[in-house]
Amino acid sequence: MTVNDVKTTLGARLICGEEYLEKEVHTACGSDMMSDVLAYNKDQSVLLTGLCNMQAIRTAEMMDIVCIVFVRGKVPDEGMIALAQERGIVLLSTGHRMFSACGLLYEKGLRGGATYR
Amino acid sequence: MNDKIVLTYQVSADDFTRAGEASSDVKSKLKKMGVKPEVVRKVAIAMYEGEINLVIHANGGKIDVTISPTEIDMVLEDKGPGIADIDKAMQAGYSTAPDNIRSLGFGAGMGLPNMKKYSDEMQIETKVGVGTKVTMKVFL
Repeated sequence: MTVNDVKTTLGARLICGEEYLEKEVHTACGSDMMSDVLAYNKDQSVLLTGLCNMQAIRTAEMMDIVCIVFVRGKVPDEGMIALAQERGIVLLSTGHRMFSACGLLYEKGLRGGATYR
Repeated sequence: MNDKIVLTYQVSADDFTRAGEASSDVKSKLKKMGVKPEVVRKVAIAMYEGEINLVIHANGGKIDVTISPTEIDMVLEDKGPGIADIDKAMQAGYSTAPDNIRSLGFGAGMGLPNMKKYSDEMQIETKVGVGTKVTMKVFL
């Protein structure tokens, strides 16, 4: 699916990165703990998180994550948006809670990748 | 790229929002040099976890990165509290980070395990009350 499909599925609001909406995403990861995310190494992923601070953007940057979805209606601040724009990361915000947001994407065929070992 | 490139970063503990800037700088430099994306990512993640550790646990510190034609070396040094039990610290899920750090998205006990996972070689020298030196290598 594309980033735009993620946006539609979650009824999410686009915060920045309109030019990347057609990028393909292959897997997703949902966590508020950034080291859990950093343990997960996949190409072209989406990060779903309730953590709304600069380190969510930094984590996505280090992992080449294509798109971050902030769940529970969280909205990033200006500094976060500026960094995401600089690094070419799409930011979305959805009113869904983490479990529901992950479930909706799973239902549409998005998967989490291999089990952590 | 025949010569070694040495980069030095001072990591300050004052501002959590700035943590990761050093790793970000190394990542973009390696990318510009044309290093393979998988290798760039390994270096970026390993160093970022280390940088976060300097901020969370050690009141800041210093990172030296040496880029040579065959490998990337990262040396992270601090004058923090030291690690009392390295075996425990290396266990996934073990953390001594305070609760306020968890609300910032870290302290899941995955920092050192992730550093080991993404580096090809890792060494830790530590002394309680004196500080810690972590050396990581990623081969090109």
